[in-house]
Amino acid sequence: MSTTTRRLGVTLAACAALVAACSSSTNSGGGTASPTKQEPLASIGAGEGQLNLVSWPGYAEDGSNDPKVDWVHPFEQETGCKVNIKIGNTSDEMVQLMRTGQYDGVSASGDATLRLIYAGDVAPVNTDLVPNYATISDFLKNKEWNSVDGQMFGIPHGWGANLLMYNTDVVKDAPDSWGAVFPGAPEYKGKVTAYDSPIYIADAALYLSKTKPELGIKNPYALTSEQLDAATELLKTQHGNIGEYWSDYTKAVQAFESGTSVIGTSWQVIANMLTSDDKVKIATVLPKEGSTGWSDTWMLASKATHPNCMYKWMDYITSPKVNAAVAEYFGEAPAQTKACEFTTDKNFCATYHATDADYAKQISYWTTPQKKCVDGSGDNCTAYSEWVDKWQQIKG
Amino acid sequence: MIAAGRFSHRFRSRLSLAFLLIPPLAWLVVVYLGSLAVLLVSALWSTDTFTGALVHTFTGDNIVRVVTDMVFRAATLRTIGVALAVTVICIALAVPLALYMAKVASPRVRLGLVVAVTTPLWASYLVKAYAWRMLLSGQGPLAWVAGHTPGYGLVAVVLTLTYLWLPYMVIPVFAAFERVPNTLIDASSDLGASGWATLRTVMAPLVFPGIAAGSIFTFSLSMGDYIAVTIVGGKTQMLGNIIYGQLVTANNQPLAAALSLIPLVAIIGYLLAMRRTGALENI
Repeated sequence: MSTTTRRLGVTLAACAALVAACSSSTNSGGGTASPTKQEPLASIGAGEGQLNLVSWPGYAEDGSNDPKVDWVHPFEQETGCKVNIKIGNTSDEMVQLMRTGQYDGVSASGDATLRLIYAGDVAPVNTDLVPNYATISDFLKNKEWNSVDGQMFGIPHGWGANLLMYNTDVVKDAPDSWGAVFPGAPEYKGKVTAYDSPIYIADAALYLSKTKPELGIKNPYALTSEQLDAATELLKTQHGNIGEYWSDYTKAVQAFESGTSVIGTSWQVIANMLTSDDKVKIATVLPKEGSTGWSDTWMLASKATHPNCMYKWMDYITSPKVNAAVAEYFGEAPAQTKACEFTTDKNFCATYHATDADYAKQISYWTTPQKKCVDGSGDNCTAYSEWVDKWQQIKG
Repeated sequence: MIAAGRFSHRFRSRLSLAFLLIPPLAWLVVVYLGSLAVLLVSALWSTDTFTGALVHTFTGDNIVRVVTDMVFRAATLRTIGVALAVTVICIALAVPLALYMAKVASPRVRLGLVVAVTTPLWASYLVKAYAWRMLLSGQGPLAWVAGHTPGYGLVAVVLTLTYLWLPYMVIPVFAAFERVPNTLIDASSDLGASGWATLRTVMAPLVFPGIAAGSIFTFSLSMGDYIAVTIVGGKTQMLGNIIYGQLVTANNQPLAAALSLIPLVAIIGYLLAMRRTGALENI
């Protein structure tokens, strides 16, 4: 017995030594906090015949979910690039997938883009090689979440706002403020819902920036320790009134239909599904404080083995017809201004305020909080890792 | 000649034994112990706070944080509490059922019950968990019949996990009861013991290893579960959710590795406790 134990111990130690030895040789400097110095491609060559993508569900449909929804096969026929899709369910998952270096491109939201850029996982993009870039909404170009020093790191794809949604049978007087889910939450105790991600802290910060000016919050993604603590306190109070959090949007739909949730943050696509199912009466509002939201960008991997195909894809997916199809399928505003002519629902762009720069301005797009404040106000901000810890404390 | 033949025979049987044993042993050492070693080592690394890239310098910070942080402690206690509650309820349900199946029921009823207990194992875990989500919903069948539902939360988690892992308790306990010879029971009652005394002094010691084996399944499966919680747990989070959050959301593999040492220690502790009772020798 004891010899077996000893042998096991020796084996374990040997394994550990082996792992330690192997890992130290692959010690790639993780602390580098500057974007890759790679030069953008000067011209597009012939396609390499393959393209490996990391994509949000619904962004690269090849007809396998719905035979009528297929814009991948036409691309393959047009360019000869065979597309392999890996679905990423969260921004964090996408960052991890891109880190493997096996993919050519990714549809990254603003809370993933900077992490990808500064880790050197994605390369600068020469927008001259993407003809459809010219007609993309101006308010999406050269933003802090998709560019560094005026150099674009991808092509904008589409955007949307997180909305306040409520069950009109339960919530009688229409709310117009996020206060309904913060100080007003006890009224719907146990039936309030919220987005289950550390990035939701920004929603609380945004609310505080308007209601508690003495905190001095200017950008909900650039929070000092005190500001982060204030937002955490607000969310801890809210936690007592939460029924459940959601991150999978189908779960949010089901929770509203069963009455588990009656008020909380939501996406347009969730509201659309609830309206089409018609089991509960719901309404959405963009509260007066403004809102957080997402803006997605197709990015090119710095170690892409098929960069030409990726350039072709970035141009194809932002072409008016295809961008319209994706935006309509997913339920978001298309980045391509000309897409509005091709939507099957002629009011689509109006519903999503696609070309409305003022509406878009009210949205604080998801972006990765970092030590060096994202609004350039200093070096004393809190990093995303701190947000994750706070989020776990909030959930208890 | 005979010696040589015997030698070659022995050699051949050794060779075939080696062939039989090498694959499982290789699996155990390389895949199982190897991944455990990776886990232990990576718990001592750290990550770059912004990009989340691994920094390969040894530090004990993660372990210290796991031990001292209140959030982790609360979640650990909650998770162990759930695992123990699930185990106790499974025992309370499985023992009478298994006793009935093994000693009272007619062969036909017994077969029917064995099938009934094991059939849910054929259905997908997710389907069963979502079925409980429907069942416990505010407008679900339970609220309709009983007029009350515990809603989504810890109670729902315990209920769902008990349902999910019950077969893993019933089967070993049933097998243990079946192995108790009927003659022992007859002898006990011939000597004047009441039914309760027979159950307590004759059957219980013989069945205990079966219960212990079942409890190892229910305890360790509940310890590691993080999916049922997200479906029926409302806003509750268990240790598994925190580990998942640190690994996938925070991209902090070292802290996740350090955190996963907690269930590892808890399960090893549980196994040692079981060994002290002598249950493991009889399995």
